[in-house]
Amino acid sequence: MKLGTLAMLLIFLLAAYVVLVAVAELPPYGMVGNPSHNQVSQRYIENAWEETGVLNMITAIVLDYRAYDTMFETIVLFTAVLAVIITLKTTEREGGGK
Amino acid sequence: MRDFILKRVAALLLPFIQMYGLYVILHGHVSPGGSFAGGIVVGLAFIAFTTIYGLERGRAKVPEKVTTLVESYGTLWYGIMGMVGIFKGAPFLANKIAGIDLGELGALSSGGLIGLIGLGVGIRVASTMITLFSTMMEEES
Repeated sequence: MKLGTLAMLLIFLLAAYVVLVAVAELPPYGMVGNPSHNQVSQRYIENAWEETGVLNMITAIVLDYRAYDTMFETIVLFTAVLAVIITLKTTEREGGGK
Repeated sequence: MRDFILKRVAALLLPFIQMYGLYVILHGHVSPGGSFAGGIVVGLAFIAFTTIYGLERGRAKVPEKVTTLVESYGTLWYGIMGMVGIFKGAPFLANKIAGIDLGELGALSSGGLIGLIGLGVGIRVASTMITLFSTMMEEES
């Protein structure tokens, strides 16, 4: 084995070790005391219906609290369609140009 | 695929599938579902129609002009709905803060702007599905 390959392997193992240590430090899945169960979700559950007037809490979050996110999501869709049309659309124009 | 049974079954089923998709879009704020899911259902109904009846008849149902317009103005519609907040002296995309009447909880007209935005997003998603599919289909043929 060459020295360069060995060094590369060492770097990869080191990186993998760092990632695994970070994963081992994660809180257990679904526990009550997890940091993700904070006042944000509590607020949505308690106040969503009177702040948005909507029964479906997911719609309340997607289209009211996170309306900016959804707006740019639709722009992402627009960009995706634009890219597909630009790459795939074959329109025959007069004059030979394509 | 120009099978007789397939065509008849599709002719019977597709109207209901489309109605269901529109229902999911329109009731996105009072029942499970939403504009994205409903838009996918409506789009898939048209895609099924195109696969069964052929590209020409599919294109006749939803012409390219229509999808282009919906693609462009669907995104703009979202922005216009956001500007309502600014015209009322509140932040962009504001709903309750802008003083819009939220209506009775659980009614179809409840939620102020949310229903209108959802309608726009749903139609937009359906049109995106149709455009992607027919563009790729044209490429193949």
